[in-house]
Amino acid sequence: MNILIKNGRVIDPVNERDVIQDIAISGGKIQHVGDVPASFVADISIDASDKLVLPGFVDLNASLREPGYEHKATIASETKAAVAAGYTTVCCLPNTQPVLDTPSVAQLILDKAEAAGYAKVRPLGALTVALEGTTLSEMYALKKAGCVAMSQAPNSNPNSQVLRRALQYASTHDILVVLKPEDTAIKDDGCIHDGAISSKLGLPGIPTSAETVAIAQIIELAEETGARVHLTGISSARAVSMIARAQFTNNAISADVHAHQLHLTELDVGTFDANHHTSPPLRTAEDRDALIAGVVQGVFSVSSGHRPHEEEAKQAPFPSTESGTSSLETVFPLMLKLVSDGLMDWSQLVSRLASGPAEILGLDVGNLSIQSAADICIVDPKTTWLVNENHWLSRGINTPFWGHQMTGQVTHTLVNGRLVFEK
Amino acid sequence: METDVTSIDVNAIIEVMAEDVKSHIARNKIVDPLMIGVHTGGLWVAEKLHEKLGLTKPLGEIDISFYRDDFTRIGLNPQVKPSKIPGEVEGEHIILVDDVLYTGRTIRAALNEIFDYGRPDSVTLAVLVDRGARELPLHADIIGLKLDLSPQKQVKLTGPAPLVLETNRN
Amino acid sequence: MSSSKQPASTSFKAPDSSCLQLDEQGRLRHFLTTEGLSKDVLTEIMDVAESFSTVSNQAVKKVPVLRGKTIVNLFFENSTRTRTTFELAAKRLSADVISLNIATSAAAKGESVLDTIRNLEAMHADMFVVRHSDSGAAHFIARHVAPHVSVINAGDGRHAHPTQAMLDMFTIRRVKNEFTNLKVAIIGDILHSRVARSQIHALNILGAKEVRVIAPKTLLPSDVDSLGVHVYGDLRSGLNDVDVIIMLRLQRERMGGAMLPSEHEYFECFGLTQAKLAYAKPDVTVMHPGPINRGVEMDAAVADGPNSVILQQVTNGIAIRMAVMTLTMGHNRVGG
Repeated sequence: MNILIKNGRVIDPVNERDVIQDIAISGGKIQHVGDVPASFVADISIDASDKLVLPGFVDLNASLREPGYEHKATIASETKAAVAAGYTTVCCLPNTQPVLDTPSVAQLILDKAEAAGYAKVRPLGALTVALEGTTLSEMYALKKAGCVAMSQAPNSNPNSQVLRRALQYASTHDILVVLKPEDTAIKDDGCIHDGAISSKLGLPGIPTSAETVAIAQIIELAEETGARVHLTGISSARAVSMIARAQFTNNAISADVHAHQLHLTELDVGTFDANHHTSPPLRTAEDRDALIAGVVQGVFSVSSGHRPHEEEAKQAPFPSTESGTSSLETVFPLMLKLVSDGLMDWSQLVSRLASGPAEILGLDVGNLSIQSAADICIVDPKTTWLVNENHWLSRGINTPFWGHQMTGQVTHTLVNGRLVFEK
Repeated sequence: METDVTSIDVNAIIEVMAEDVKSHIARNKIVDPLMIGVHTGGLWVAEKLHEKLGLTKPLGEIDISFYRDDFTRIGLNPQVKPSKIPGEVEGEHIILVDDVLYTGRTIRAALNEIFDYGRPDSVTLAVLVDRGARELPLHADIIGLKLDLSPQKQVKLTGPAPLVLETNRN
Repeated sequence: MSSSKQPASTSFKAPDSSCLQLDEQGRLRHFLTTEGLSKDVLTEIMDVAESFSTVSNQAVKKVPVLRGKTIVNLFFENSTRTRTTFELAAKRLSADVISLNIATSAAAKGESVLDTIRNLEAMHADMFVVRHSDSGAAHFIARHVAPHVSVINAGDGRHAHPTQAMLDMFTIRRVKNEFTNLKVAIIGDILHSRVARSQIHALNILGAKEVRVIAPKTLLPSDVDSLGVHVYGDLRSGLNDVDVIIMLRLQRERMGGAMLPSEHEYFECFGLTQAKLAYAKPDVTVMHPGPINRGVEMDAAVADGPNSVILQQVTNGIAIRMAVMTLTMGHNRVGG
């Protein structure tokens, strides 16, 4: 199948490219960028005039809910939503049922994703058996089975001794470890940011120190063990400066922030709105601004933190609701808003959503190099759409943006040179 | 032809009512009655009657808001005042005073409230105006003034000083 | 970063409490929190309670105002005292009242809050009085009930206990007549206290001159001054020139959670004694929501002394609950 994408503005920071060009795809790979020979015969020709042609996005942190939680979502439903949102590669968390701590579960997930035929799924294996934080998982076997990293997320981390050994062992096999920095003792029964709003609503708070104490611990252990560590889902301003400082001396530490954390604050919790019950919690406007600065400066990549839920999960008094938002489909418009607000340019957007995460994971995706896999999304930055049942593919409708107008629409997505989504 | 009620001398009517109450008491051999006025207009009339008659027991006042039969239709009157009934109702001779007797529903509510305080020996009803059109089998023992008004018209007492009757279209 | 100050979802915030609990005419539809209500609404509640306070003088301690209405006390968290005052208030209004301890029934069998509400609505309940250990539970239920049903919050988590706060305001008004010259100190476990939050909002709405909280930092919520209070760490300075002292109840489990060393040390620092009472104004009024831990929160001599209005609080609680039930039920029928 030959595909020709014509007249689009091609943005590819890895190849320092930002120019209106044609791209020719054949055999699942990018064959020509710019000088497409006259002899190239396209089976499909896509007119990308006034549109942007970007490397497909790579998500570092999503829950696909399968196996075990099919009442919330399935790999098929969520990878379909992913490609409609411009994602071509999605890393899924190991908190499945059974937990992704054996090669057979990894294989099951890869098979399901293959059968669905939408985005590439790259599983994160469990760092400890059953994510219980006591016994190390068979990381080497999980890596061979296709896990691109080991993770304890979204659970909190094991005790410092187990964590230290897990990092030592992972580093032996050069395995990336993805951790959610959260001190459970400090978090306690907290469910929103510990501050003015938690005080007013009488909701148990999660102090900023629940994040920063965990980060300090992880940074020290990463330094001592030499492990490659990725911190996922950062929420506070203090964490931004801690991570930036650590990266200055240790280039094996990376981090991401969920896109909605760059827009929402504790104020949006309003009067117990369970769709704003997130983990990590939405914090203050100062925290949000520092997170944006961290993204602009390249301290962070951006992940979705996608957590689709069935409706009942949010139908309870606030502290009894499950945390998390269904967020894959709002990431791109939320990032585009930072570009249209003049806070960053297109090349930075692509780097935070595609090439940055690919580099962290060590995957040859997130770029538009010749002979690389044709994982591409084409976006119309002007089109607006309403977040409602007509424009939503994820099984989870637990988004704080329901009913909200978004600017920026993915119009085409290609995975391995196959058109898997077209608006 | 309807009366222009604003020109009516309310104090003169109350003067006459006081005499009527006095003879009613004597006729029925009532000693030391307990007078109770219905908020708000009835209480104004009762205050004057109480003074003119020189009654020894302090004046009682009741607000029938919690006893109305139309609560579920119109809700609570937010200007509701506490009812104050001095001493016991049990075994007393009550003189109940209201400004306007119309459908009889206010008096029904007032009687219910009084009976929740105890069992009086008798209740005498005195009203400033009886405008007819009763919906319940009630009548007043002492009537200051009878008015024949069309159903569209409302009559009410304004006060406390001076006491003036007013009509307005409903 | 200044150009990104507009969070993307500002226009999609959940309706705030005052929208949810008021109807289009600005009258109470539910009573969930004192926060966001106007001075007029709080004053009206106290005025109506004043009218109800004479009902207990009647031989038949009952008015027929809510005759034929069904009130369901939904207690997801046990509290005999609060439940009893609501039951008594409902009965004095001639309503039919049933009390359900969900803590020991349906919820334990896995029935969700929403299922419970739906079932009771099908039995034609007109009002739910809700007590729940989760903050926001009463709001959640109010968002999901049928339009004719009123919800009264009888305490949700650490969030609000508005009828307790209003009975305290009613008690203060009866003793001090008005609020604008009052300095009020609330002493104790502010962090876990729904009563304190509702009191702070109510006092500020009613125009109290100054509201203070006195507690160790472990029992204060973060950014507590954002609630509109001045923070003190000791009784000597905190009680200086104070007109009203509100003591909060100290739960035993705070010692287990490493929030306090011991009851003994708490009493030493924050317990109210006759000697410490002297820091406040001579005519200071002392309040406590009960039941008192004598010798932990205050001396028996203070609790039973001339400044204490603790028993009046209990009496006033019934009138306030009658007022709130009548106001929320009454207006609901307007036009419908």
